[in-house]
Amino acid sequence: MKSYLNAVRAVIWKDLTAEWRTRENLSAMLVFALLVILIFNFALELDIQAQESLSAGVLWATFIFAGTIGLNRSMAVEKDRGCLDGMLLAPVDRSVIYFGKAIGNLIFMLLVEIIVLPVYSFLYQVPVFQPGFLLVVLLGSIGYVAVGTLLATMVIQVRTRDILLPILLFPLTLPVIIAAVKASQGFLQMVPLDDIAAWLNLLIVYDLIFTSVSFMVFDYVVEE
Amino acid sequence: MTKKPLMLLILDGLSGIMVLVAAGLVFFYAPVEVMMGMVQKVFYFHVATAWVGMLGFMVAAIAGILYLRKGTQLWDITGYAAVEISVIFFLTAIILGSIWARPIWNTWWTWEPRLTTAAIVELIYAAYLLLRKGVDDPERRARFSAIYAIFGFFSVPITFISIRLLRTIHPIVIGNAEAAASGGFNMDSPMKLTFFFSLAAFSVFFADLLWHRVRLGKLQGEVEQLRIDS
Repeated sequence: MKSYLNAVRAVIWKDLTAEWRTRENLSAMLVFALLVILIFNFALELDIQAQESLSAGVLWATFIFAGTIGLNRSMAVEKDRGCLDGMLLAPVDRSVIYFGKAIGNLIFMLLVEIIVLPVYSFLYQVPVFQPGFLLVVLLGSIGYVAVGTLLATMVIQVRTRDILLPILLFPLTLPVIIAAVKASQGFLQMVPLDDIAAWLNLLIVYDLIFTSVSFMVFDYVVEE
Repeated sequence: MTKKPLMLLILDGLSGIMVLVAAGLVFFYAPVEVMMGMVQKVFYFHVATAWVGMLGFMVAAIAGILYLRKGTQLWDITGYAAVEISVIFFLTAIILGSIWARPIWNTWWTWEPRLTTAAIVELIYAAYLLLRKGVDDPERRARFSAIYAIFGFFSVPITFISIRLLRTIHPIVIGNAEAAASGGFNMDSPMKLTFFFSLAAFSVFFADLLWHRVRLGKLQGEVEQLRIDS
């Protein structure tokens, strides 16, 4: 168990170090996320009245789009430079690679969210800093990244890889998006916790099921 | 070239007759519903096609699991065949539902959760077909589509649960008197007979199509093999 965790940590550490040297992926995700918010600002005429009901949706659409860029990039790098084959040769269980990459991707997504949320809060005076809301952001990101990492590993081995990831990922993660938007909206509009609890449960159940299924089938994705 | 099996011929005939009889029951046997009139008759095939759609997606997921375990090509062909057929049937169900909804709910489409779920399910399996098109290596294609079919099938019930959480106007037809206000109704026995016969007829029809499509897939494989050998 200890060596397993060490191996997972090694994969995460490798990703973080590589990212720290170039900061390509993070900066691309971040600038893209801010651009999406800018587009929504004009497309939906986000003023103080409108943002009350729209904020949750705008934020999650932003996270999802930025997340797709990050996922695609993080796996494409592995494939292009033959790094994935190297990792597969390592004498560890293959699920180590899955968890390492997934946690790495989660960290990137959370970093982007940590920067985007204050900016959004500053622009539209939305009270995003409440523990409940932040929990929803965490749970939603976990579900999205759990499925996204597996599918991204699949997509990089496919001919049409540049276009396929969002097409495969969005319909599968719609339960996460619906539940996350509804729960975030609930917290932003100060709805009593009882009304939000069902959505939180749905998020937790989704995270558990899809992390386990991904863990079980990951071997087949990287098999040669 | 293998000869067409006798059982398949019988199944062809049986499914043809059953679908015809089902149509006959719908038009001549089942009574006209009091509140909704003739348009309610679309219900029998609407539910039957939706049922076949879900059945096919389930077959695809099971075939996916079996493929990953056994690695036999037959399961890959079965999964692909089931999805291909079900995508068409499910689309038919959505269109029939629209035809029913227009006079009853006064709109072709509403973003009601169950309709939304149906649209999502259709998109998941459209993505499945796109995924298959994108992979050239047959073995890898089989593996990836098996995995995606399993994922798709797991996400359907979770998407469906969200219905219970949001308010819904879609009628729950069987065993619910309260639903009458939103276009639900209680079925009397000729209606029930017609309903269950339509379900059976379409299930047999599905089995028949699936068998044909699997057979076609096998022949396709043989042709490919011959081309490589020559």
